[in-house]
Amino acid sequence: MTQSPPHHPPLGGDESRVDSRTIYVGHRPSTTEAFIPPKFCDNRIVSSKYTVWNFLPKNLFEQFRRIANFYFLIIFLVQVIVDTPTSPVTSGLPLFFVITVTAIKQGYEDWLRHKADNEVNKYPVTVLENGRRMGTESEKIKVGDVVEVNEDETFPCDLILLQSTRDDDTCFVTTASLDGESNHKTHYTVPDTEKDLDSLSATIECEQPQPDLYKFVGRMHIYKTDREPEIRSLGPENLLLKGATLKNTQRICGVAVYTGMETKMALNYQGKSQKRSAVEKSINAFLLVYLCILVSKALVCTTLKYVWQSKPGQDEPWYNQKTQREKETNLYLKMFTDFLSFMVLFNFIIPVSMYVTVEMQKFLGSFFITWDRDFYDPEIQEGALVNTSDLNEELGQVEYVFTDKTGTLTQNNMEFIECCIDGFQYKYRDAVSELDGFSATDGPVSKLQEKAGKEREELFLRALCLCHTVQVKEPTGRGQDHTDSMAGCPPPHEQTGFIASSPDEVALVKGAMRYGFTFLGMESKKMKIMNRSNAIETYDLLHVLNFDPVRRRMSVIVRSKSGDALLFCKGADSSIFPRVRQEEVEKIRVHVERNATEGYRTLCVAYKKLSPEEYARADADLQAARLALQDREEKLIAVYNQVEAGMTLIGATAVEDRLQEEAAETMEALQGAGIKVWVLTGDKMETAKSTCYACRLFQRGTELLELTVRTLEDGVRKREERLHDLLLEYHKKAVQDVPPTKPGGNRGWSKPSQDFGFIIDGASLSMVFNSSESSSSHYKNLFLQICQNCTTVLCCRMAPLQKAQIVKMVKCSKGSPITLSIGDGANDVSMILEAHVGIGIKGKEGRQAVRNSDYAIPKLKHLKKLLLGHGHLYYVRIAHLVQYFFYKNLCFILPQFLYQFFCGYSQQPLYDAAYLTMYNICFTSMPILAYSLLEQHICVEVLLDNATLYRSIAKNAMLRWVPFFYWTLLGVFHGLLFFFGVRFLFGNPALQANGQVFGNWSYGTIVFTVLVFTVTFKLALDTRHWTWINHFVIWGSLCFYVIFSFFWGGIIWPFLKQQRLYYVFAHMLSSASAWLVIVLLILLSLLPDILLVVLRKPLGPHARQRQAGESGAGGAKSSAQPLLMRTFSDESNTVV
Amino acid sequence: MSKEENTANRPDNTAFTQQRLPAWQPMLSAGIVIPGFVIIGVAFIGIGVALFVTSQNIQVLEKDYTGIETNSSCFKCINPRVKNCNCTINFSLDKLFEGPVFVYYGLSNYFQNYRKYGASKDAAQLTGDLAYFTEPSTSCAPYRKDAKGKPIVPCGSIANSIFNDTFKLFQIVNSRNVAVPLDGKGIAWWTDYNIKYRNPTTNPLKNAFNDTVKPIFWPRPAYELDPTNPSNNGFINQDFLVWMRRSALPNFRKLYRRITEGEYAKGLPAGDYALVIGYNYPVKAFDGRKKVVFSNVSWMGGKNQFLGIAYLVIGSLCVVMSIVMLIVYAKFKFPDEE
Repeated sequence: MTQSPPHHPPLGGDESRVDSRTIYVGHRPSTTEAFIPPKFCDNRIVSSKYTVWNFLPKNLFEQFRRIANFYFLIIFLVQVIVDTPTSPVTSGLPLFFVITVTAIKQGYEDWLRHKADNEVNKYPVTVLENGRRMGTESEKIKVGDVVEVNEDETFPCDLILLQSTRDDDTCFVTTASLDGESNHKTHYTVPDTEKDLDSLSATIECEQPQPDLYKFVGRMHIYKTDREPEIRSLGPENLLLKGATLKNTQRICGVAVYTGMETKMALNYQGKSQKRSAVEKSINAFLLVYLCILVSKALVCTTLKYVWQSKPGQDEPWYNQKTQREKETNLYLKMFTDFLSFMVLFNFIIPVSMYVTVEMQKFLGSFFITWDRDFYDPEIQEGALVNTSDLNEELGQVEYVFTDKTGTLTQNNMEFIECCIDGFQYKYRDAVSELDGFSATDGPVSKLQEKAGKEREELFLRALCLCHTVQVKEPTGRGQDHTDSMAGCPPPHEQTGFIASSPDEVALVKGAMRYGFTFLGMESKKMKIMNRSNAIETYDLLHVLNFDPVRRRMSVIVRSKSGDALLFCKGADSSIFPRVRQEEVEKIRVHVERNATEGYRTLCVAYKKLSPEEYARADADLQAARLALQDREEKLIAVYNQVEAGMTLIGATAVEDRLQEEAAETMEALQGAGIKVWVLTGDKMETAKSTCYACRLFQRGTELLELTVRTLEDGVRKREERLHDLLLEYHKKAVQDVPPTKPGGNRGWSKPSQDFGFIIDGASLSMVFNSSESSSSHYKNLFLQICQNCTTVLCCRMAPLQKAQIVKMVKCSKGSPITLSIGDGANDVSMILEAHVGIGIKGKEGRQAVRNSDYAIPKLKHLKKLLLGHGHLYYVRIAHLVQYFFYKNLCFILPQFLYQFFCGYSQQPLYDAAYLTMYNICFTSMPILAYSLLEQHICVEVLLDNATLYRSIAKNAMLRWVPFFYWTLLGVFHGLLFFFGVRFLFGNPALQANGQVFGNWSYGTIVFTVLVFTVTFKLALDTRHWTWINHFVIWGSLCFYVIFSFFWGGIIWPFLKQQRLYYVFAHMLSSASAWLVIVLLILLSLLPDILLVVLRKPLGPHARQRQAGESGAGGAKSSAQPLLMRTFSDESNTVV
Repeated sequence: MSKEENTANRPDNTAFTQQRLPAWQPMLSAGIVIPGFVIIGVAFIGIGVALFVTSQNIQVLEKDYTGIETNSSCFKCINPRVKNCNCTINFSLDKLFEGPVFVYYGLSNYFQNYRKYGASKDAAQLTGDLAYFTEPSTSCAPYRKDAKGKPIVPCGSIANSIFNDTFKLFQIVNSRNVAVPLDGKGIAWWTDYNIKYRNPTTNPLKNAFNDTVKPIFWPRPAYELDPTNPSNNGFINQDFLVWMRRSALPNFRKLYRRITEGEYAKGLPAGDYALVIGYNYPVKAFDGRKKVVFSNVSWMGGKNQFLGIAYLVIGSLCVVMSIVMLIVYAKFKFPDEE
């Protein structure tokens, strides 16, 4: 190990590469080279966006990049520059309000970030400098500094571990704050560095910073005065990441390699891409329509103005002469100015406040998810987490759910069930009575009386004890309170806990322990196990060939006392079987397959004895591959494959993975809601299939269409041909022969007579995707069509990237359905990021899924309420909010538009500026906000009980063009009514009992009063859930309007140039006719709505649908009676 | 203690956070809506009848005096070059025109609601602020200063275009003209007269107008608008205030006088009347019409058939709808009540 391999490229050969950096440990130049201190960034973490100086310009710039804000800015500028009918205040004030609120929010958030940054940057650290320990601040660390870190401190930057106080040259860290994995990870010092760091003269050559937390390649050159420089390879096991915490180790020293914004933590900090909800797209489409309405209104008015003016005497009557400037202005310029003026006059049709309200609604509304006690899980003592509030309503629109299996559908709480050695089965059910289970008395199943030879048994158990990366939890360590995997029932004498990144490994080690082989731990590269005769055996751990999802196996090479080098390998059957002698396979295969159909996770165990020559070669190759700076991964895998060959199969294990609580009920509810559930798992087909049966995703009547390697290899023909035939056959079965269901709201109502389930595995999938170019899209199309007609699709043997591929395929298919991915592990991150909505489960596999998700929930069962309850309500709320906003602004501006026909197209505003400004901000904003936060048109319990209700809002039902058209029509109807109702009243403007007449502002005020009351009452009519807040806000808004109007007209306001509304409101109230017309118009406006509500009940589609839906749900329930005589209870959702 | 720790992260169990606030969940069921509609319908029909009857009882007498027709007595005045033109319109009442009678003048195709016209005034000047007498607001253009650069007070288009026809009403008793007294008080809003518009406090008022000129169209300066009543001059002249309150629509009427005094307080008795018009206001150029309207008013103001008819129609509609709903629900056997 001390010698650099001969074929290694000479020092400096790689130095010319741009993407590596050289670090001088302790800033001491190597003796041979000229020392040029390289420049690296300092160790300051800057997560804040603004400084005090650039906050205003930068924040404003960012805010005005939003199209809506920019639009209002333009309107405002037009008002300032051009002589327009309304003062700039009318649009400036709301804009200012919106910008200020957003700026304050963002400023506050940035201040928090500054605070957090400072806390990190000013953290005191100790740097070793020429033998002296210097206290300094974290931000002052430079690349090359040797930093000392004490126990329970976090690392201030990315360090290469040089020295540890532990005598085995390791240290333990937890990366809980990085990826949430709370288990201890072992890191190693660079071998053979000097104990005296002051005299260490070394350079480190490593790659440029990259964000992958688990990858690092580098080399260390150690210079000694009397010898050739030595080279050590550096890997992720030598690198301590900023943000991780030192555990169980008193003190370490390390040299800083990446600092500040170049640390892996900082590189990972970058936010993920913004997801936009379908509702937002609808809003934008509606906005476009309203923009067209706006422009056409302005165009119509401008045109008519000039037509009207062309009549003699109309353009410039003697009482209204033009100023000199107006006469001189160019005609076309005048036209353009008029156009702009009309735009300004009607610009309120696009409400600036809608964006604020929508954002407030989303932001505040998401709290209800966080607050929901039903999402609280006492086990992990956490509730739901909302990472983005932009997608609340999307939860009500989900059409496809992609779920991971392990940890999501199942608990990831592994229990060793049985094993099989040389084809003999050893069942393990009861820990206490069968401690000595290997005696031939009661352990085995009756028909398998005979046992494997004792030697084989012990070899198998030794393999289980040695082939893993489990750590023994130190009884004295502080890590005692961390989660271990002891949740299963530990036998009383088991005092030690195990820590591992995968719960399968713990289950296996514990399984071996019950059979008498106990893993005692590692001490300086020696593994100690206690065998059945309570003797302690030690093995030198030579190499660990790590597990990775592509190889699907892991191996260790150990040297036994007797000096033999042994390779133990465990892995999935598909990856082990080709690497062992074929004659052994058949005995084991039966067991493996049977276990798999019962829903267990199976692993095969194999071993190989390495001759000294074989070992020497393997060792050299492994060393070489580990030292490689380039393509290290590929080289390692090649070596691994080479070493793990020609092994002997010993046996197989079966580990049970329990179903999550209420997994079956949840899946059933989702299917009842018309959501298609796809299971994407890396597990093997049989296991996954049984889980699907257990979750009632597949049912007795489901016809399974299988497209797997097995079905593809049936015939003698080539796989490609077979694929083609199968696809066509399934397509015919599932797509062509099924009577087409009616599109639209009735989707999925009449259940197809035959349920189809589709199964595909990773290999077949890649064939579908990667077959020859011409047929690829065709196959993809066929595949998609089949899948869309199946109730459940199971994709097994999926690589993480393939999961994302599938999600993407469905996402981009026709109709772009809304997809949701739910998973708990790092392998689900890609699909969580890909789907419209990503849900993380706060499971045992670390927090990566949670960090990358949009919402995180503790358990799968919470998904039901999240979608059917919260999602449904949020969707209804926001859809109503959006439609209502457009409606209320249409009937607000329409009278003003109509008024132009009666005032010579002179851009005379109908309403006073105060009303124009306050309409959206004060008078009508609060009731809709309250509605959009509190509305429960159907109460949550009913929503949860009747999953079919979810279908009624599917496909963006409330924001399609038909409802939009209805709302627009309603707005037009109201607008016309308001204007012409008052217009006819003003046929004789003498409306007061004393014969005095009303003027134009009285006209506008009457219209406005009718408007405010009508739109508020319209909302009141739509409100199905009146809490005290709704009452308060609705009646409060109306009271506020009345009181405000009194005050606005009751006082001579010194800051106003014109007291237009002086006593106008009071005079209006003194007129009986005004009262009567207001009552009349409000009632008449609401009449159609009341009629619709009342008549829809007996005539509309809902009544019958609901009944049908209820019976449908009932039917589904009865058909979902326990399948294959299984019993499901909370206690054990197991497949016995 | 440990229990507390366990629930530290647990969300609060309040009705609000759990979305379980007690709520009233109204359902618009047929059982409420049908009787509701009947009640509203009946009430509306009642109000409608009352409004209709009231409106029918209001007497209105309209006389167009534009003089477009050649046989009109005012035809001679229509040429704007004719100054100080008077014309007389004779009419007779065959029954008592109940008082108090209100005299309105009406203009049509006259856009007082034109935006630039409406903006052409100086609100500060009209509150009596002397600073704006010398430098009127630029919004008054083109009637801000006269050709010599002297400020116009009151400035602006609205003030300049004040309606200046005059009406005198005579009852012809035994071929003798008896003047009917027209009361010019209380025709403008009380708040306009007393608060919104103010004269400068200068005494006499005339001095405030030194170095200013009267609006171009005006025959007399503002401080001499009503020689008979010194408190009806300047900016608080009632006719001026009525004019300054811009009309909402291009066809409008404004209150000119009330007949509240003497023997005519109870109304105009049957008989012959002569209305002598001082014809000054040109409308022909923009195709306008002028009329004079005699009307009495009720609690709902002047005559307006619209409200009564609308109430009757809506009321009947409500009743009809309730019947329709009753039929629909009878046929479908009240599915929600089952």
